[in-house]
Amino acid sequence: MQQADLTATSVVKRFGDHLAVDSISFEVARGSFFSILGPSGCGKTTLLRMIAGFLEPDQGEIAIGGLNMRAVPPNRRPVNMVFQQLALFPMMSVGENVAYGLARRGAGRAERAAKAAAMLERVGLAGAADKRVDQLSGGQRQRVAIARSLVLEPTLLLLDEPLGALDLKLREHMKIELKQLQAEFGTTFVYITHDQSEALVLSDRVGVMNRGRFEQIGSPQDLYYRPASAFVAGFVGDNNRIEGRAVAVDGATVTLETADGWRLHARRETAVAAGDAVEAFVRPEAATLARERAQLPPGQSVHEGVVDSLLFDGAKSAVLLRESRSRREIRIALPQTGQFADLRHGEAVFFSFDPERATCFAAAGRGGNGRG
Amino acid sequence: MTGRARPALSRRLGTWLLMAPALSWIGLLIVLPHAELAMLSLKAGSGAPQGGFSLAQYRTFFDEPEYWHTFVRTAWMSALATFLTLCFAFPVAWVIAKVAKGRAAAWLFLACMIPFWISETVRTLGWMILLRQSGVLPMLLTRIGLTAAPVELLYHDSTIMIGLIYTSMLFMIVPLVSSLQSLDDALIEAAYDLGASGPTVLRTIVIPHAAPGMTAGCIIVFMLTLGNYITPTLLGGKNSEWFTEQIYTQFITRFNWGQGAAFGFLLLALSTAMVLVGLRLSGQRFADVMGRG
Repeated sequence: MQQADLTATSVVKRFGDHLAVDSISFEVARGSFFSILGPSGCGKTTLLRMIAGFLEPDQGEIAIGGLNMRAVPPNRRPVNMVFQQLALFPMMSVGENVAYGLARRGAGRAERAAKAAAMLERVGLAGAADKRVDQLSGGQRQRVAIARSLVLEPTLLLLDEPLGALDLKLREHMKIELKQLQAEFGTTFVYITHDQSEALVLSDRVGVMNRGRFEQIGSPQDLYYRPASAFVAGFVGDNNRIEGRAVAVDGATVTLETADGWRLHARRETAVAAGDAVEAFVRPEAATLARERAQLPPGQSVHEGVVDSLLFDGAKSAVLLRESRSRREIRIALPQTGQFADLRHGEAVFFSFDPERATCFAAAGRGGNGRG
Repeated sequence: MTGRARPALSRRLGTWLLMAPALSWIGLLIVLPHAELAMLSLKAGSGAPQGGFSLAQYRTFFDEPEYWHTFVRTAWMSALATFLTLCFAFPVAWVIAKVAKGRAAAWLFLACMIPFWISETVRTLGWMILLRQSGVLPMLLTRIGLTAAPVELLYHDSTIMIGLIYTSMLFMIVPLVSSLQSLDDALIEAAYDLGASGPTVLRTIVIPHAAPGMTAGCIIVFMLTLGNYITPTLLGGKNSEWFTEQIYTQFITRFNWGQGAAFGFLLLALSTAMVLVGLRLSGQRFADVMGRG
């Protein structure tokens, strides 16, 4: 592993009785794109603010570029932040915004103007220096906010859900732009988001955060295909969640039976013994759909279902069906061939999946989940 | 055709009716008296409305050093009082707008307002009880041995200044609080994050953002101070030399309405000029300032 630009060691932050960040440790390699993904209230913003220096950890250490950051105020840290609402200074022109940090370092007027103009050109805003901030579009403001930070050549750039305020189309576009910017500048990015698609698309590594802890840190592929916990399986990507009891455990394969008697097989990811309450996750694209039993891949258990509705969404089209025995709703991705475009509500279909591609976790220890 | 005309007519009538109280207020209580005073100030004779057009009343002001000395002093003291009020009110407004949260902010705001439930005269008399030679503060100073005998704390310029600042605080705090509340905390954090120190954040972010509120507060306070009569008179006594006293003397003691009216207009011209200069210096537009404040 390359030298780490950010190292957090057993970082703890409490607000009164609430443990916002619960003894977190992680490293971010130089030049990589690291995302912290989690639902709102999971502590990711608190963690980011501790890295930026707006909050001081109660315990633990944060080191940036190898330097311990304890008691170093935000204006002395080699870190810059892109704020959620961007926080561009409305009383200044675009160029003055970009040059703000340079001025604080005592750079001369000419040097500031030259550097700001060069930076604006690099983010595709050449000649915008004299514009007012409110004359820019949402995407352009985004780029100014990033330029304002990157012009200072920070060791670390922190981004606090910067795409949250944009509309969907622009968000998709800015995702790609952010990735390209990061690749071009080579700065280490730490990106906070609750949107799993942003985290998967952008990151080299993602930390999935829940209740103040990392559930898993890994590559997007790891999180998607080999989730370490039921939370990660449910949070990252679409997934069908089926809870029940393990009736048999054969090596890595668990046979799960739901309360209403539906049996299915899945690969266990945590220690599971027969009789344990478990939950299994089946990705929509892991299952195969067929009108006839014989069309399904051989050797897999066949499940029956009734079509509830067809969700057409281009390449992401899926069908919602109800498993015949348990009446559970199952989402299955449709193949691109358009083969099932004529499925009707109420039609009986068959589906199966490779147990290797379904994951199973012990349900114990996670409150508010199991119903029985 | 009448069917279409009538709603338009009644709407127009409605607008005028709604505006009538404000218009009559301005017309009857502001424009009319000022026109009357303007005419009075331009007449030669004193008191009675006889004689022709003359600038004699204004000439007296410039011929008599006592008058314009008081005039300049009033302007200077008012400007100083305005500046000091701004300096004292800014931290208070900052605490109310940014530091205190929820109920605490409301209580602090209320604490600033409570003195204004009492009339200005009573409040000023309160200061007199505290500061006069036989008052609370001089006695206290003697008791703890700081002064050998009770000293007179009234009738100094600084006493007038304290009274003026005290009277003006609320009118500075209100526009400041509202303009500071509209400042996004993220801007302060962003500036800090980009390497700015506390004073730099204040200079480059907070003050530019709060400038309309600051200007609005300064205009209000300056006008109130310039036209204040009770506070300088009671706290400054004979030494106060406040221009409003000159006007009072002309109208009431000397019954020289023409002279008093001329002085009134000079004060009006002064406050207008100072406000315009202030706006020009701070680069603000009057409409923005009043809209924000």
